[in-house]
Amino acid sequence: MQQAHEYPTHSIGFKSKGGLPLLASDSLPGVTVTATLSRSTFSGPTFTGLRCKECGHAYEASARHVCEDVCFGPLEVVYDYEAIQQRVSRATIEAGPASIWRYRDFLPIAGDPIDVGTGFTPLLKAGNLARRLGLRSLYIKNDGVNMPTLSFKDRVVSVALTRARELGFTTVSCASTGNLANSTAAIAAHAGLDCCVFIPSDLELGKVLGTLIYNPTLMAVKGNYDQVNRLCSEVANTYGWGFVNINLRPYYSEGSKTLGYEVIEQLGWQLPDHIVAPLASGSLFTKIRKGFDEFIKVGLVDHKPVRFSGAQAEGCSPIAQAFAAGRDFITPVKPNTIAKSIAIGNPADGPYAIDIANRTGGSIAAVSDAEIIDGIKLLAETEGVFTETAGGTTIAVLKKLVEQGKINPEETTVAYITGNGLKTTEAIASSIGEPYLIEAQLDSFNAAWKRAQAKAPSPT
Amino acid sequence: MAVQVLIPTPLQKFTNDEASVALEAVSVDGLIDALDGRYPGLKARLCDEAGKLRRFLNVYVNSEDIRFLDNQATPLNDGDEVSIVPAVAGG
Repeated sequence: MQQAHEYPTHSIGFKSKGGLPLLASDSLPGVTVTATLSRSTFSGPTFTGLRCKECGHAYEASARHVCEDVCFGPLEVVYDYEAIQQRVSRATIEAGPASIWRYRDFLPIAGDPIDVGTGFTPLLKAGNLARRLGLRSLYIKNDGVNMPTLSFKDRVVSVALTRARELGFTTVSCASTGNLANSTAAIAAHAGLDCCVFIPSDLELGKVLGTLIYNPTLMAVKGNYDQVNRLCSEVANTYGWGFVNINLRPYYSEGSKTLGYEVIEQLGWQLPDHIVAPLASGSLFTKIRKGFDEFIKVGLVDHKPVRFSGAQAEGCSPIAQAFAAGRDFITPVKPNTIAKSIAIGNPADGPYAIDIANRTGGSIAAVSDAEIIDGIKLLAETEGVFTETAGGTTIAVLKKLVEQGKINPEETTVAYITGNGLKTTEAIASSIGEPYLIEAQLDSFNAAWKRAQAKAPSPT
Repeated sequence: MAVQVLIPTPLQKFTNDEASVALEAVSVDGLIDALDGRYPGLKARLCDEAGKLRRFLNVYVNSEDIRFLDNQATPLNDGDEVSIVPAVAGG
């Protein structure tokens, strides 16, 4: 479903009477234009600066991520929602490219985006899994097939590197549990930016090779993600690099909102009743909420309550522990789980994730490594979707919440699958079947087929 | 006892742009006071009115988060390295 699309530097010079961009849907005889062709030149940025999420202190839209003048709270992008409301409609969005850039008026970039076809991934109606779990209306948002590196991180990195280029950075970097390193290295290669990325040294081979192939400088740090992150903060102090998840974080994190927008659009411009998403730092969870809220705010979708439930691995569950204890603060933990991509022991957005789960009547639960593997297998066997450990965690928590009666079978539920299973094959290698090794002879096949049938019901 | 402190970029305006400073202190609390003695106003940036480190600041002693040690009472020894790091998201 990915389509090639470009943003030419020139614009076709049509303008509608109201000064709004001419859209494909405003058809003129014999003239074909697309919304994207004209919008990138007709309209300026819709964001105006940064603001502290805690104390509200304002900053200019530069490369900074904490409220350094007052409280060290996280900074967020400020938008002119009236301008957005005047500029966008369902029709303008539908006429846009099949990527996150169909929502560019909601994203913090000033010029043309780095467009590698990121986003607009399938929303799969998961009938088989729904029946297995006892649900009526279940969807899988499958970012395991996101472009170019098969995880939701391509969304945030596309935004972060576009902004990095606008702010004049020539070297980009990140602290990563794997997927972010893949995405930063790939999109930096496409954009012609120098790249140096940092990962814990114990990551899965697929994540390491899936970074090295783009030929960045890769630092494998002897330590866990939280230690890598601390090191990167120290490096960011003295090297003038754009760290996507540190000094570019306010822009970077906004990319996750598109996971909210796409689900609304793909459900036929409706909100779901319940979403389940994995929790690492907690950022994705809060940005899906923000995406829903923004579409309500500008009138693209009718308001209705949506319950937000979060998934963690027991071996790294600081947010689930705080939620269970009724705390609004996070006690950091040292990760020990196969779900390495979400193994963040000191999650920066944890308190906000707890707040959202509480406010929306959702839950936050944790599952064991064995349940995570079962979750990976369940999704693959019922829906043909091979996810990584984070997705296994999400499916296992989905199952657990249904069993606990915390998901109403009648609710339209969306489970967010954020990464691809081919990157973490080590996790499941010893838990799935083996091939029948046979000779290239009919006898050999016949014998093996008998063994296979004795083991499991055969396909007919 | 001399302790080396890594100062994050946002606070370097207090430390004459120094990214690393050496100070005498026997605990994290003592270090915060020593920092404030040398760079007046710094404690008010690091801590709330009750003297508790702000929620979005992480402090590490020899790479270990002080929340795994004894928080602000964590003792310091000669040659220790203390890192002050604003919280960041990631993944």
